[in-house]
Amino acid sequence: MTDPLVWLIVLPLVWASVAFLLGPSRGARLAVAGLGFQLLLALDLTRMLMTGGPRRYAVGGWGAPLGIDLFADGLSAIMLLLVQSIALLLAIYARSYFKPGAASRHFWPMMGFLVAGMNALFLAADLFNVYVTLELVGLAAVGLVAAGGEAAQLAAALRYLFATLVGSGAYLLAVALVYGTYGTVAIETLAPLIDARPPLAVWLAGALMLAGLLVKSALFPFHFWLPPAHGGAPAPVSALLSALVVKATFYLILRLWLGPFAPLAAAAVWLPSVLGCVAILWGSIMAIRTRRLKLLVAYSTVAQLGYLFLIFPLLAPDGIALQAGVLQAVAHGLAKSAMFAAAGVLIIASGRDAVEGVAGAAQHLPLTLFAFALAGVTLMGLPPSGGFLAKWLLIDAALLQGQWWLAAVVIAGGLLAAVYVFRVLRQAFLIVPENAVIAPVPRVLEWATFVLAAASVLLGLGGMEIVRLLGVGAPT
Amino acid sequence: MTSGMVFAATGAVLFAMGVAGVVLLDHLMRRILAFNLMGSGAFLVLVGTAQRDGSVDPVPQAMVLTGIVVAVAATALAITLARRLYTLSGRTELSGTDDD
Repeated sequence: MTDPLVWLIVLPLVWASVAFLLGPSRGARLAVAGLGFQLLLALDLTRMLMTGGPRRYAVGGWGAPLGIDLFADGLSAIMLLLVQSIALLLAIYARSYFKPGAASRHFWPMMGFLVAGMNALFLAADLFNVYVTLELVGLAAVGLVAAGGEAAQLAAALRYLFATLVGSGAYLLAVALVYGTYGTVAIETLAPLIDARPPLAVWLAGALMLAGLLVKSALFPFHFWLPPAHGGAPAPVSALLSALVVKATFYLILRLWLGPFAPLAAAAVWLPSVLGCVAILWGSIMAIRTRRLKLLVAYSTVAQLGYLFLIFPLLAPDGIALQAGVLQAVAHGLAKSAMFAAAGVLIIASGRDAVEGVAGAAQHLPLTLFAFALAGVTLMGLPPSGGFLAKWLLIDAALLQGQWWLAAVVIAGGLLAAVYVFRVLRQAFLIVPENAVIAPVPRVLEWATFVLAAASVLLGLGGMEIVRLLGVGAPT
Repeated sequence: MTSGMVFAATGAVLFAMGVAGVVLLDHLMRRILAFNLMGSGAFLVLVGTAQRDGSVDPVPQAMVLTGIVVAVAATALAITLARRLYTLSGRTELSGTDDD
């Protein structure tokens, strides 16, 4: 009972439930303590993986098929570290962000269930448990979007709920088809069973899974639910959703694509990357055009998610594209949480969610603005940020395989990101009129934002550690 | 065609109808019901395809039970949100342009 795999799931469930029992708006301290402990567990797990290789744990001593197995390799450990560290900083941020008695009465329990769901997803070893964790993550995320309680937020939450339910419904039907064909849903057992000429039902299952997960990852043209949901929620919620939740389904696509469904992957190899290219261009253009600050950051997520899907045609011969994809997921997670956190601070200060409202931030909130700019550096892919490393590896992989147009899209996306980041920075350096009211902002909000942004840049220096961890139990 | 395959085929049809309903209908309550139809379709496929040689396999039944719990939770959440939206704005459908 001391295995970190179990406690990474049980601990957030416990503090979420206690926070719920404590009543509205309570449980912040508990959440911070719990997330701190989870980060230690994730680090401990990473240490075990580095020395002992991939880890498996049968919950309650019941093995598969009737019991539930948990499994961790390098990829899961990276995602677990990312979730615990971002969630911890955002919990510290949210503690000061939410005033007592404000709209976010059930933020803490739902955040706990969200983190528990994501941790369970990264540790799931069979397709059906993945379904349950997907639903847990989806429902908790919808609840968080609706937490503000305004009509626009409820409408965004409902739109998100229908999208996510259709996505996981398609996934469940795929699981049914796989079980009907092979009589098992354990990822490890399925891998040798699926060959290059599987029955029609398995082709259909693969297509349903990919489609369902793409809807949940908000890849263009399924991005319609993301901007209202992420742009309308309170800042800590937007940061959690944009940085982490959409990455969970990307992780799953990657895991299934490289794992059991690898023989089928060749048939759809260009689809995600073409959609990814359109997402980069479309998301960036919408971010350049929108007038609301948080909507700008949300459309930037639509664009940055596109990069994650460019890697799929390049995965085969070596590990460079995989490293690029995972580094992009980590770098974007840190940068986007910092950017939403910074947007939250700027909105508190100016009292309105508008790009124009940022005017004067350079004088009044230099630390927050610096954090926003650092996050922007990562999104643009300038050295030495983590985003630079990810995009450099991606361009490298594309050119090695003669796909120069993918490299061109990466560079164009970086330039477009510069346009929308500088739109905000330009406003920030304008002189504010004398009569403008700038509300005071707690210092801890600014510092939590800065730490996230600085981490996204410093990641460029520590990227090799992540690549080494990714190598533990890698499928190649 | 065995009885299992009849169930599975019915499930596939129900699933397709459900997806069409969630995507194409406007009224929130109808969309929530369509989602439940979709879920039931997937459950029928799960139970139907797994009993080809006549014997009953307990694993898909356990899965369907779990799935039903999830579907009930999702339905409850959807209805709560829809009711709240109706109380606040009097709307029973999502308008196309509530962003920006």
